[in-house]
Amino acid sequence: MAFALLLAGLAIAASSTPARAQEAATHGALAMDQQIARLEALGITTTATDPPAGVVGAIWQASIPADNAMTPERIALGRKLYFDARLSADGTVACATCHDVSRGFTDQRPVSEGIAGKLGRRNAPTTLNAMLLTSQFWDGRAADLEAQAKLPIVNPVEMGMPDGDAVVKVVVADPEYVAMFQQAYGRAPSYDDIGRAIATFERTLVFLDAPFDRFMAGDVNALSGEAQRGMALYNGKARCVTCHPLNAANPIGSDNRFHNIGVSARHQDFGSLAKQALTALAADSSEEQLDRLALETDMSELGRFMVTKRRDDIGSFKTPQVRNLTISAPYMHDGSMQTLWDVMDHYNRGGEANLFLDGGIEPLALTDTEIDEVVTFMVALTDVRFAKEGETAMAAQRTLAATKRPFKDEALAMRRVLPFESKSAAAGQEVRP
Amino acid sequence: MKSIETKYMEERERTLRGLAGLSRRDFLKVSTAAVGATALHGVFNPHSFQPVDVASAATVDPAGKVEPFRFAYISDSHLYSKDLNDRFVNGLMRAVDDVNALDPQPDFVFYGGDLAQLGQPQELELGAQILKNLKAPVRMMVGEHDWYLDLGEKWRSLFGDDRYTFEHKGVQFVTLNSVIEEDFWTERNLSPMERMKTVAGLDNHGQRPFTVGAEQRAWLAQQLEKVPSDKPLIVFSHSPLYKIYKNWNFWTDDAEEVQAILKRFANVVVIHGHTHQVLTNRIGNIHFHGLLSTAWPWPYAPQGLPPLTVQMGRPDPFNPNDGCGDGMVQVHADGLVDKVYALWNRNPVTVSRRYTLSGGKEDRPAAPLLASF
Repeated sequence: MAFALLLAGLAIAASSTPARAQEAATHGALAMDQQIARLEALGITTTATDPPAGVVGAIWQASIPADNAMTPERIALGRKLYFDARLSADGTVACATCHDVSRGFTDQRPVSEGIAGKLGRRNAPTTLNAMLLTSQFWDGRAADLEAQAKLPIVNPVEMGMPDGDAVVKVVVADPEYVAMFQQAYGRAPSYDDIGRAIATFERTLVFLDAPFDRFMAGDVNALSGEAQRGMALYNGKARCVTCHPLNAANPIGSDNRFHNIGVSARHQDFGSLAKQALTALAADSSEEQLDRLALETDMSELGRFMVTKRRDDIGSFKTPQVRNLTISAPYMHDGSMQTLWDVMDHYNRGGEANLFLDGGIEPLALTDTEIDEVVTFMVALTDVRFAKEGETAMAAQRTLAATKRPFKDEALAMRRVLPFESKSAAAGQEVRP
Repeated sequence: MKSIETKYMEERERTLRGLAGLSRRDFLKVSTAAVGATALHGVFNPHSFQPVDVASAATVDPAGKVEPFRFAYISDSHLYSKDLNDRFVNGLMRAVDDVNALDPQPDFVFYGGDLAQLGQPQELELGAQILKNLKAPVRMMVGEHDWYLDLGEKWRSLFGDDRYTFEHKGVQFVTLNSVIEEDFWTERNLSPMERMKTVAGLDNHGQRPFTVGAEQRAWLAQQLEKVPSDKPLIVFSHSPLYKIYKNWNFWTDDAEEVQAILKRFANVVVIHGHTHQVLTNRIGNIHFHGLLSTAWPWPYAPQGLPPLTVQMGRPDPFNPNDGCGDGMVQVHADGLVDKVYALWNRNPVTVSRRYTLSGGKEDRPAAPLLASF
């Protein structure tokens, strides 16, 4: 009851006191018109016909579905939809609310805030370069951007629309949309075409012009000595490259596979969660049910398992890209790490031991200097157009990391204590036949 | 001396330094070879999580002599001292946690041999210490890596006899020491460690093949003398009690003689360590199952692979746990078993009683390949 009153209050506030409503309605996002201005200032050069810089033509072609070729009309339509909060139940949440141009095309929060301040369970991945991933969401439950775009709109804790038809009704009520859909797809608006148009716009968000790329193209001064040492560690002792390959086939540094690195093993019992999940999914295994379990329950921590129901996928999440990291903190599927130093500390100690831990995750024995070097290299993977924002964010991270390194564990990192040693139970039975 | 890993890292670093000097065009040429290596896999495998559902897995056989039960296994940990190789130590600890997480707990945990790498007291003591953390009782078997430094002295002082029989819920169990080699060391005047290292090597013709030996065969025959032929029998041996590949001692030289002793029984299951892989065979009334190692997976031998085996596929070289694991054995009312290979980081593989009983015609297990590689 109190909740309903609060909602009603918000609705009244929206009409009577615009300034306050703006603050409440935007969930920390920059106003949409300002976001659009920022987007234009970024100078995106992607067109409907040519692959963006840094993406090989064949890969560009392969990542565009046959039934959704890029056209200027579809890009324009998708852009309008991306910034349109009318697509949400209370008119306060657009795609751009949690994938905000001014916040690294994510929301820079641990987990996202949807309508009426509802919180999900997962960290919003950036839409930058998302077209280069072969599956979407942390658990890969959507095969492409088209399928991805349609789920948050109807998720109760995100944009909260009851169903796709309700969204189409909103769109059809706007004559400008009806004309744009006609131009883009030659037919009346449909929910599938809404997903297609948003995906097409997102495919223009390619940002692969970082100091690293300039270095690889031959500019030896693009990376500092420290960053170059960090790159050698990235490809060597720190073992990053195995899951985060950076090459022409995979310029964003994700192997597109799913790994358990133990992030949530600190506070979850995977075994009993998996049993719960099998029961819940046996009752209803629809796409929408999966979406809700992933965003509203502890089962979120099971990751890829919720999609495949394979034991080896328990607690596994998709390898995220390593591009533009400086502007996309906090990190991990639950946003539980605030700095790149936390991420390095986590890997350095061999992740968090659990029965489903990926065996490739091992203590790394990196020194403090080496960790700094890898971080410096990661900073150099941020597109030059975000350099300023990145510097500001990194200054804050550096300050935080100077006093707070919650995941740092020298004994584990240097293998004085083994990952499973810290877990073993008290002595039990006599070892005799 | 540099480890292989250190050399590899150095080589890799040299290559990368070279790469940094390439032009962008050349760089693209080098790396376009990897195009298409990524693929989305949507394998749907609805019932694979449940480790073993005891209620539904147990066959109801009115004539059955056995109250169905299950036991877990851990094998081939090859422990060095922790400061020489912590991966193998960590691997055994992982297996202990894995088995302790089973709910309900197994009736007992069988250890399949090769607890130590070079039979040294500190290796065996370390292993014993880690195994003490198991919640269920432990049954131990000896492997050649435990034996050939002191011919079993330390192992026996920790774990008792290397061969023994016991009965559990209607099944007759026998644990053998199948790694007896003819004396090749006295004549060559080898030190105990030289002898141990000779036995520990593959493709080493300086050693003799494994046997159960005439003396132990007589003991086995005597132990089974009063056991009725229709009583289910499960035999543990470190080496397979059949012949796969002599150069690796995937082999027991007097296997046929041992099989002859087991021949009169209606249902016999032989469970062996040593081969570190998914391995299935059937010879007449005898159903053979291998065990996974907690240390490393062996590739399949160049010859002798039993056709019933569903191969486990190539391990991921980045992941030192891939192809390793532990597992469970579900014993059915007739004494035949479902053998579960709990591969870490892969889906578990169950080689069912129905599969071996039908000679591979029914209930073929899915090949445990990596989802994408």
